[in-house]
Amino acid sequence: MTQTFKFGFIGLVLFYVYSPIFVLMVNSVNGSRYGNKWQGFTFKWYEKLFENDALMQAAWHSLVVGITSATAATVIGTLAAVALQRYRFYGKGAVSSLVFVSMLTPDIVMAIALLILFVTLGIELGYISLLIAHITFCLPFVIISVFSRLKGLDMSVTEAARDLGANEWQVFSKIILPMILPAVASGWLLSFTLSIDDVIVSAFVTGPGYEILPLKVYSMVRVGVSPEVNAISTLLFVGSVVLIVISQLLLRYKRK
Amino acid sequence: MTEYQPLLQLSGVSKTFADNTVLDALDLTIYDGEFLTLLGPSGCGKTTVLRIIAGFEQEDCGSVMLDQQNLAVLKAELRPVNTVFQSYALFPHMTVYENIAFGLKMHKVAKADIKTRVDEALRMVRLDSFAQRKPHQLSGGQQQRVAIARAVVNRPRLLLLDESLSALDYKLRQEMQIELKRLQRQLNITFVYVTHDQEEALSMSDRIVVLNKGKVQQIGTPREIYENPANLFVARFIGEINQFDGHVVRRIDEQHVEVVAEGADWVVKTDHPFVADDKVHVLLRPEDIRLTKSELVLDSVHVEGHIYECSYKGKTLDSYIRLASGTKVIASEFFDEDDPDFDYRLEQKVALQWTTGWEVVLPYEYAN
Ligand SMILES: Nc1ncnc2c1ncn2[C@@H]1O[C@H](COP(=O)(O)OP(=O)(O)O)[C@@H](O)[C@H]1O
Ligand SMILES: [Mg+2]
Repeated sequence: MTQTFKFGFIGLVLFYVYSPIFVLMVNSVNGSRYGNKWQGFTFKWYEKLFENDALMQAAWHSLVVGITSATAATVIGTLAAVALQRYRFYGKGAVSSLVFVSMLTPDIVMAIALLILFVTLGIELGYISLLIAHITFCLPFVIISVFSRLKGLDMSVTEAARDLGANEWQVFSKIILPMILPAVASGWLLSFTLSIDDVIVSAFVTGPGYEILPLKVYSMVRVGVSPEVNAISTLLFVGSVVLIVISQLLLRYKRK
Repeated sequence: MTEYQPLLQLSGVSKTFADNTVLDALDLTIYDGEFLTLLGPSGCGKTTVLRIIAGFEQEDCGSVMLDQQNLAVLKAELRPVNTVFQSYALFPHMTVYENIAFGLKMHKVAKADIKTRVDEALRMVRLDSFAQRKPHQLSGGQQQRVAIARAVVNRPRLLLLDESLSALDYKLRQEMQIELKRLQRQLNITFVYVTHDQEEALSMSDRIVVLNKGKVQQIGTPREIYENPANLFVARFIGEINQFDGHVVRRIDEQHVEVVAEGADWVVKTDHPFVADDKVHVLLRPEDIRLTKSELVLDSVHVEGHIYECSYKGKTLDSYIRLASGTKVIASEFFDEDDPDFDYRLEQKVALQWTTGWEVVLPYEYAN
C-alpha cells in the first residue's frame, strides 16, 4: 500500500514536471501544424529549422557567446577559487559571502544593473556587452564548483610539491589544476548551459545587431507557437540535459 | 660523534600560534650524517620544528642556519631539504614513477638522468614493479616507501621524516625501521626523524632529542637517555620506571650518598652534588630489580612488599608489588624455566634488590 502510494506520488511529480516538455517534444515531430491532433511522424520542422538563416545565425551567435563566456568565466573563476582557498587575506570571509549573494541576485536586477553600467561606460550593446554580462552571472557557479572541490582535497600535496622544488606557478599547473580538473570542466559546462539558456539578462544587454537563440525564439513565439519553435526548443532541451549530465558525471568521477 | 660536522643549527627558535607557545627558545645542532630523532608526546611541537626547517612555517625569533647559511632568506622550494610527510602527500593523479621524478623535473635534471635516478630509487625501496601504479593502488607501506623514494631521490642534505611509520601496523613498522636505518647508512643523508614512540626512537637513532612543551628536555644517545635520564619527564617518557621519593641522610664518598626512602636506608650512586636533607627521587627500571623470597634475604639494602598482580609477557614475567608505604613497583624478570621458585604467588611477601649504581637519582621535582 505504502509502496504504491510512494511510487504513485513520485510518478505524479514527474508527470507534473515533464509533461509540458513531453508535449513539446511530441509536437516537434507531429505532422500537424497546430499540434492538436497526431498527424504522423515527421522531421520536416527540423529541416525547416536548418533552412531558417536568421535562426541559424542566432544559434551561431549563441554558440560563440556561450563558448567564450564559459571559457573566460572558468579561467577567472578557477583562479579566484584557488586564491580563496590558498591565501589568507583581509576580507576573505566577506568575499566568499559576496560570491554566494551574487548567485542569488534576481536576474532582472542583474540585467538592469549591467545595462546601466554599459550605458554609463558607453559600451556598445552587442557581442562585448553580452560576453561581459554572461561572464558575470557564470562566475559564481564556477567559483563554487571549483572551491568545493578544493576544500575536499588534502592540501598537504601542495606543500609536498613546494618541498620538491616547485614554485607557485608549478604548484598550480602541475598539482592543483590536474586535481581539480573535473570540477573545472563541470564549471565550464554549467556556464555554457547558463549562457545558452539565458533570456532575461541577454534581453537587456544585447543590441539589435547581435541576435542570440533564446531571444530569437522568444520573438518567434510572440507571433504564435510554431512547430519550428517546438523543434528548436527540443534541441535546446536535449543539449542542456546532455551537458548537465556530463557535468554531474564529472563531479562524481572526481570524488573517487 | 666527533667525526661529524654541524649541518643545521637552530638557535633560540621560538614559535607561537595565537597565544599558544609551541616552541620556546629552542637550541639544537644537527650533525652531518647522523640519524637524529625528535621524541616527545603529541602536541609538543615536533612537527612545528620540521616545518620551520623545511620552510613552511616562519619562526617568530631565533635563527636556522644550514652550512653557515641563514635559511630565513630561502623559500621552501629552494632549501636543500626534503620532507616525508606524515600523511605521505603523494600526488594522486601521478604514477609512482611520476611522483618520484617530480623533484628532479622541478630541478631541471636531464631526462636521461631522471630515468636512471628514479629507477635506482625504485629499486632501493623495492618497488621496481610498481612504477606505473597510481598511489591509491598501493598499500600503506608501499605508499610510505614511495614517499621516502620521492624525497631521497633529490639527494637532500637533510631528510625530514614526520611520524613516517606511525600509520603502519606493528610488523610492517618493524621492517620499515630496519629499512630506514639501512637507507640512511647507504645514502649517508642526515635524517631528522619525528616520533612519539620511544621504542622506535631507541632502536633507530644515533641521538635522541626529547622534547616537551616546546623545550628540549635532554639530548643524547639512546643509551644515555635510557640509562641516565636528565629529569623525571624523560625518565617516565622513555620506558617504564619505578619512582621512590626520599631524602639524603649523608654523603658517603665522592660518588655515593645514603638516602632514606620507603623506610629503609639506601646507598645510591650519583654524580650530583647532593648534601644532607636534599629531597631526591630514586628511579629504577623494572628490569633492574631482582625479587627474592623475603625470608632468604638477611643482609644488604632491600625493600619489602607484597605481589598483588603477575603478568606473563613471554620473555619476561612482570610482577606488580605494593610496598608497605603504598608505593607500587613493577619488576620485570627474565623467565627461568628451570627455577622452581620463579613463579611467585599472589600476596607473597618478597624482597626487592638491585645492584648499586643501576639506579638513577634526580633532584626532587614537585611533579608526581
Ligand atoms: N598552523 C597552526 N595554527 C595554530 N596552532 C598550531 C598550528 N600548527 C600547530 N599548532 C599547535 O601547535 C602545537 C604543536 O603542534 P605540532 O608541532 O604539530 O606537535 P606534534 O607534531 O609534536 O604533535 C599543537 O598544540 C598544535 O595545536
Ligand atoms: Mg606531529
